[in-house]
Amino acid sequence: MAENKRTVERPLSPHLSIYRPQINMVMSIVHRLTGAALYFGTLLLAAWLIAAAMGERPFAVVNEILGHPLGRLVLLGYSWALIHHMLGGMRHLLWDTGRGLGLRAVDFLSWLTIVGSLSLTVALWAVGVSLRGGL
Amino acid sequence: MSQRTPLARVRGLGSAKGGTEHFWMQRVTAVANVFLVCFLIGLMLALAGADHATVKRALARPEIAIPLLLLVLSGVVHMRLGMQTIIEDYVHSEGRKVAALMLNSFFAILVGITCVFAVLKLSFGV
Repeated sequence: MAENKRTVERPLSPHLSIYRPQINMVMSIVHRLTGAALYFGTLLLAAWLIAAAMGERPFAVVNEILGHPLGRLVLLGYSWALIHHMLGGMRHLLWDTGRGLGLRAVDFLSWLTIVGSLSLTVALWAVGVSLRGGL
Repeated sequence: MSQRTPLARVRGLGSAKGGTEHFWMQRVTAVANVFLVCFLIGLMLALAGADHATVKRALARPEIAIPLLLLVLSGVVHMRLGMQTIIEDYVHSEGRKVAALMLNSFFAILVGITCVFAVLKLSFGV
């Protein structure tokens, strides 16, 4: 356990601060960060749903906040985090089967995650904006 | 004297307390979430900025309310397990860790129940 006081000063293995950032390492960190962000982001969905359940006025207030440029920025970030975490998760599910663990495959999948999440987010918002006929 | 085998006694006593269940449930909900999140994105595309009556009408439809409820359930289980991993990685003092894990459960259940209540209320229209 962590409480055990070590009497011997053992050498530590190199950690994050030692390594030059590599794409798989960065994607691992981003996966955790997006996961944590989505954790609190569920409050957005909960607020939207509970406001709708409470009635027209509360719903209008929440819609107003989410429709504000800042609200939209948060939603943009939320949608990217959601897509990124989903793609990263699919990569992890593939790795769970023992596939795609070679160095080149790991690098390729990591790049695919970030390029995929950014382009899917742009595509999603492009469709959303065009459906609404402008911002 | 205990009649239990050494294996039975040691089960669940590792640092993770229940590692395989955690691992497996995280994967099961991850797979479910791939489909359910795609559904949510589609629903948000359809309902972003929609007025109250439209949202109410949409959520009254079982083919929308049911996947949404499934997403909420699968989502909060997944996020609770994920946050548990983060807490166990970074919070080392036992007391603070237990408190953080408890808060994590409270938060996940609160979000889950709030969403479920809201969807059901909108669906049943009372």
